[in-house]
Amino acid sequence: MDKNCISPDERSEKFLRKLKTRNIDVQACYQCGRCSSGCPIGDYFDLNVMEVVRLAAYGQEERLLQSHTIWLCAACETCATRCPNEIEIAELMDVLRELALRKGILPAEPRVPLFHKAFLGSVGRWGKAYEIGMIANYKVKSGDLMGDMKLGMSMFLKGKLKLVPHSIEGKSEIREIFSGKGKEYDR
Amino acid sequence: MKYSYYPGCSLEGTALDYDQSIRKICRILDVELIEIPDWNCCGASSAHMTDHEIGMRLPMRNLLLAADANHDILVPCAACFQRLKAADKTLRENPAYWDVKEYAPAYKIIHISTFLAQPEILASIKEKVSHNLQELGIACYYGCLSLRNPRVTNAINWEMPDTMEQIVAAIGAKPVSWSHRTECCSGSLTMARPDIARKLVGDIVTAAKKAGAGAMVTDCPMCQANVESRQAPDGARGAELPVFFITELIAAALSGTYSAKQQKVHLVSPVVLSRVIDNAAIPANSASAAIGKEDSV
Repeated sequence: MDKNCISPDERSEKFLRKLKTRNIDVQACYQCGRCSSGCPIGDYFDLNVMEVVRLAAYGQEERLLQSHTIWLCAACETCATRCPNEIEIAELMDVLRELALRKGILPAEPRVPLFHKAFLGSVGRWGKAYEIGMIANYKVKSGDLMGDMKLGMSMFLKGKLKLVPHSIEGKSEIREIFSGKGKEYDR
Repeated sequence: MKYSYYPGCSLEGTALDYDQSIRKICRILDVELIEIPDWNCCGASSAHMTDHEIGMRLPMRNLLLAADANHDILVPCAACFQRLKAADKTLRENPAYWDVKEYAPAYKIIHISTFLAQPEILASIKEKVSHNLQELGIACYYGCLSLRNPRVTNAINWEMPDTMEQIVAAIGAKPVSWSHRTECCSGSLTMARPDIARKLVGDIVTAAKKAGAGAMVTDCPMCQANVESRQAPDGARGAELPVFFITELIAAALSGTYSAKQQKVHLVSPVVLSRVIDNAAIPANSASAAIGKEDSV
C-alpha cells in the first residue's frame, strides 16, 4: 500500500515546467482510458499509458524514468491521436526518454536506447543512416551478435544492404546539430 | 508537374526498389522529380524519441534546402513524411527559436499515396494501365506515420484511410476489407525487441489472410521490411504474404512486366504478382479490340 502512495512532496516541479514548455497538457487527462485501450504494445508495458499520463500529472518523474514502458513505446501515436483532450502523449514519452538519458538513469530496456544510439551515430557521422554500419555497431554494443543473423545474411544477399555509406556534403552542419546546437539555452 | 523529392535513407538501402518504382511511374505519369540537393537523414524515430533538438533540426535542414525551389515536396517514406511535417509546423510557428530568420514557404509536404490518389493522377494511372491486376486480393496496409498524429500529418481519414484502396482499384486489383489497416507493426522496436515485432506482425498478417488477401501493399518502407521479415515465427515457409510497395504494383500494371530482379529483393516470394501479370493476357484498355479479334477468328 505504502508503495503506491503518491505524495505532493515528491512532485518534480522542474519536470512539470518542462511539460508546460512543450505544450504537453497532462492535467487535461480525465482518465477515459482510450490511450491504454488502443496501445498496440500495452500488453508488454509495466505502466499502462493512462498510468503514465496520471503519474506525469502528479510530477512522479522518477517512477516514470525507471519504467519499461517509456522504452517499449514504439511512437505509433495511436494514444495521442485518440485522446479526446488532444494530450500529446507520444511527445510525453519522448520527453521521458530524453530525460532518462540525460540523467544517466539505467534504462529498463537497455537494448532500445542502444539501437537509437547506433542509428544516430551513423547519421551524425555520414549525414545519412548507413544500415550495415549501424547494425554492426548495435550488435557489438548490445551483445546480441547472433540474433537475426539469418535475416541479415538474407537481406545482404538480396542486395538490400548497401556496402558503402552515402555521405553528404554538409557534414559540418550535421556535426553542429549533434554537438548540441540550441541546448546552450538550457532546453 | 514538378516536385521536390525527398527519398530518405531507406530508399537508398533496404527499399532501393521503392525508389526505382517511384521514379519509373513518375516518368510514365509525366511528373518531374527534383531531388533535394544534399539532403540528410530526417533522424527517423530514433532522433525524436531521444533528443528533441536533434529530432527537429535534422528535418529542418532538409526543409531549408527545399525552400529555394519552392515546389511541393513528395515524400515516399511514412516516417520521413511525419518528421518533415512536424519540423515544418514547428519552424513555421517560431523560426527565430530555431535560428532561422524567416520561414513561410508556399510548398506543401505530400506523402506518396495522397499524391497518387489525387483525381487527375488517379485518372492518368487508370488510362495508362496495360495489365489489369484483376485476380489479386490485396490488403492495403497503412501503418502509423503517414496518418498519425493528424495534428502533425493533416491526414483527413486517419482511422479509415482509403487512398491506397483507390489506387489498387484503379489498377484493377481487389482491395479487401480488413481490420488491421492502421495498426502499428512496431518497426522502431524490431531490432531491439524482435519478439514484440513478431507478435504484432503475426496479428496483422493473420487478419489480412482472414479477409482473403493474397498479398499486402504498403506505402511505408519500414512496414514493408518489418512485415515481410517478421512473419514466419518458426521458419514456417509457404504461408507468408508478400508485401508490395504501392508503386511497385502500379509499375507492374502500367508496364505489364514484373522483372526477375525486382522479384529477387523480396524476403517473401512475390510470385503471386508475376502470375497475375502473366494471366492478364487481355490488356485492360484493348479489351474490346481483343473481343473483336476473337470474332474474326
